[in-house]
Amino acid sequence: MAYKRQIDRLPIIPADAKKHNVTCHYCIVGCGYNAYTWPVNKQGGTDPATNAFGVNLAEQQPAETEAWYAPSMYNIVRQDGKDVHLVIKPDKDCVVNSGLGSVRGARMAENRRSDKTGTQQQRLTEPMVWRYGTWQPTSWNDALDLVARVTARVIDKDDEDDLFVSMFDHGGSAGGYENTWGTGKLYFGSMKVKNCRIHNRPAYNSEVHSTRDMGVDELNYAYEDYTMTDTIMLVGTNPLECQTNLFLNHMVPGMRNGAKVIIVDPRRTVTANACEVEAGAENVLHLAIKTGTDLALFNTLFTYIADQGWVDKDFIAASTLQGDVAVAQDEAHPAALGSFEMARIKCKMSLAEGASITGLAEADIVKAAEWIAKPKEDGSRRKCATGYEKGIIWGNDNYRVIGALVNIGLATGNIGREGGGVCRLGGHQEGYFRPSDAHVGRPAPYVDQLIIGGRGKVHHIWANDHYKTTLNATEFKREYNRRTNMVKDAMDAHAGSTREELVDAIVGAINAGGLFSVNVDIIHSQIGQAAHVILPAVESGEMNLTSMNGERRLRLVEKYMDGPGNAKPDCLIAAAIAQNLERVLREDGREAYADQFKGYDWKTEEDAFMDGYHSGNPEVTYDRLRAMGNNGVQEPVVGFENGQLVGTKRLYTDGKFTRHGREDGKALFCGGEWRGLQAPGKAYQRDNYAFLINNGRANVIWQNWFLDKANDFVSDRFPIPYIEINPEDMAELGVKAGDLVEVFNDVGATQALVYPTPTARRKETFMVFGAPNGAQGNIVNAGTNELILPNYKHTWANIRKISDAPASAADLSFKSMEYSAG
Amino acid sequence: MDRCDKLVDVGRRQFLRGGALAAAATATVVALPATPAKATALARIDYPSSRLGNVSDLKLNEPLDVTYPDDSAPGVLLKLGTRVEGGAGPDGDIVGFSTICPHKGFPLNYVAADRTLNCPGHYSRFDCEAGGQQIWGQATQNLPQYTLRVDDKGDIYAEGVDELLYGRLSNVLA
Repeated sequence: MAYKRQIDRLPIIPADAKKHNVTCHYCIVGCGYNAYTWPVNKQGGTDPATNAFGVNLAEQQPAETEAWYAPSMYNIVRQDGKDVHLVIKPDKDCVVNSGLGSVRGARMAENRRSDKTGTQQQRLTEPMVWRYGTWQPTSWNDALDLVARVTARVIDKDDEDDLFVSMFDHGGSAGGYENTWGTGKLYFGSMKVKNCRIHNRPAYNSEVHSTRDMGVDELNYAYEDYTMTDTIMLVGTNPLECQTNLFLNHMVPGMRNGAKVIIVDPRRTVTANACEVEAGAENVLHLAIKTGTDLALFNTLFTYIADQGWVDKDFIAASTLQGDVAVAQDEAHPAALGSFEMARIKCKMSLAEGASITGLAEADIVKAAEWIAKPKEDGSRRKCATGYEKGIIWGNDNYRVIGALVNIGLATGNIGREGGGVCRLGGHQEGYFRPSDAHVGRPAPYVDQLIIGGRGKVHHIWANDHYKTTLNATEFKREYNRRTNMVKDAMDAHAGSTREELVDAIVGAINAGGLFSVNVDIIHSQIGQAAHVILPAVESGEMNLTSMNGERRLRLVEKYMDGPGNAKPDCLIAAAIAQNLERVLREDGREAYADQFKGYDWKTEEDAFMDGYHSGNPEVTYDRLRAMGNNGVQEPVVGFENGQLVGTKRLYTDGKFTRHGREDGKALFCGGEWRGLQAPGKAYQRDNYAFLINNGRANVIWQNWFLDKANDFVSDRFPIPYIEINPEDMAELGVKAGDLVEVFNDVGATQALVYPTPTARRKETFMVFGAPNGAQGNIVNAGTNELILPNYKHTWANIRKISDAPASAADLSFKSMEYSAG
Repeated sequence: MDRCDKLVDVGRRQFLRGGALAAAATATVVALPATPAKATALARIDYPSSRLGNVSDLKLNEPLDVTYPDDSAPGVLLKLGTRVEGGAGPDGDIVGFSTICPHKGFPLNYVAADRTLNCPGHYSRFDCEAGGQQIWGQATQNLPQYTLRVDDKGDIYAEGVDELLYGRLSNVLA
């Protein structure tokens, strides 16, 4: 049965409701919303004077009205200890989304925990400790004391390698400047933890090392550049689903203004379909390359464009390095970096060779080159705005392929100018402020492999669920379960003992190969099933939170509700861990080491913000951000004038680039030649398993379903994640729409529901990543690039039927996801 | 004491799980009248029973434009030819849906080839054979579907809607 809420009316926002600035805490776009709250026993009315819109609500409102909100935008929550109505609806005045809300952001209210309406009861309210064979709720003091005592037993001054940390590095619901600072100050300030990893990758590194090394930070344009460009180039990204209102509110207007679109993706996505609808099929070039051959394509384009002379010679001379190699290829640099001429030599690839490797027609490669770089009829430079994402970030040869794409942007003078930019589109909101991570080294330690290999004694996890999202997850989960169970067994064997005895028993189990796991999260996650201590955190909106979107737009989300129970902001949890470590170390007589854990006297998240982000950006305070509303300010902030923060619309408009340690301000080109499938084990899988298992996001689900698994609208649509398969492949496998299949290879197995997809190529499938009921990471092998960037995209497996469609799938629609005009 | 009785009634009502606070039928917050009012405050909308047409008006897979529960709420009736979720009539294949997209209120277009309603605004699509389930799209609802009743004369009545219609905070406007 299709999920229906049976809601026939909603309380009306009264004219005197409180109104709060809210940036959506899900994807990178960061649409602007407003949260309205008012006491539960009050209500507005249809009379214009009595509602927040000043409109007669006894009448039907028109399309795109501000005077309506969906049931998903409504809830009843606690605010300062009292029940209030809550409506979170899109802000028409926010330039990012202009009043649009995606299927994710428009469910923010429904996805809050409410003890009145019953939503999101899975949200954690109390700290928990493994005790008496299961998890028992306890006080913060008790839980933090155990964490500090065990942790203090495995670390000492300049000897912290046995403490492993997994922590988010982003903004939004689980992150933000307050929280990256809180955790960063603890692990990179008070300590120098090397064995740390990030939520989506098994090491502490950048997703985009090459573009940064070249001097081009990865968010260098403004969203409005899509509206004023000649060509939009989308590489390994599906923005209609994954950065929805960037696509709808900026790219579509660009197409309506005449922009052509190039899409580089082995798969036809709904984005491709929508571009054809908006721009006309003749203005859309879908380069459906052979998977993983993007580097060959970009080197071919670069060669062709340079050979034609369609480059910005003045820009190259003024803004890029002259000469030869500036940074040699080495362990920390998978390709040499240097001058345009150096790159032309290293990256040289003929049309014929490029066509052969990519499977494209030479004519299509030429067409792409023309759309990117051929001067216009009046001789002026053609503008091109390029967005890329996980198709190449988690794809083949991360460093070289991103470098090759940026090469094209630099050569054509398309960075730092209107209608230009070469940017990653992003996943989460961003919001990173931490002390230096230089101590980690590059390449960084491959934390997953270390854990599997028995290293590490205590693991602190912040808002990460590796069980759903990491690569090589089958092996990781098996080892993680085994090692953490050793500690659980030791704790159970010492039930009723003193704290000291318990800690001794835990350390004994650790020394025998076990692992003590501390999990900070908002739900009891899958990796949290292995935790010994669980600490409940709050989300954006349940705390004030600052973050930055994909065009560096910094906003403050104003706290509009209490967090569940006794949950706290991550930054205050980090501070409490620091304070408990300081106490325990002093009790232990380790005074000098204890001194390293001072400086966390924060009462609120604003204190953490002032200690961190504000210290590096003195003009920025909460009051000033509040005044900037949902349009915020684009970073970097360069001043404060007439009561407004002054920001930076585009980077590099002066033609001077960032050089991360170098001072000449010249951008570098990347000299990375094509070398086939780079990561270990990928070619073996390709040659031994029948189906490509491409994978990524789906529009309706946010991230690893951490809230959506308890949202009926979403879990009704997809009780089990789907796998898109060509119908002819389905016939060969003997499966029908909705059947449950097992997807298996040399490293593991997972499951999915069959979704017939006529546009899928033969033997090429697509699965949803990060699903609790079918983790695609189970079958991704451990192969990474030299800098420990995972290659999730290149996975091959076989498929077999498990059963006919389960009951939960019986009434689902399996029709095409592509819009049809009829 | 009638006024007190009404307030006590309001206090007794249960919140629907995941649902809205049950509102008084009077739409403003002014005081209740001192004399007993004829209209009682109901917990849920009192939907009209509206005759939308007759089975003989319907051709297989061709939408019939209707409005429900009033003239500013457009929708369609469809005879699909197979028994489906929410289907009325002797063959269980007559369905009715709102045709205002629950995302931003754009009008939906019916595509007979796959029995879907599609939105040109932001590409959302809804499956008429699966209770209006959003196959893919930006709405945070599946498509509001009419509760239909077919009487022995073949007259088709709509008597309810299962989601909040776009553009109104009450499915029956005051």
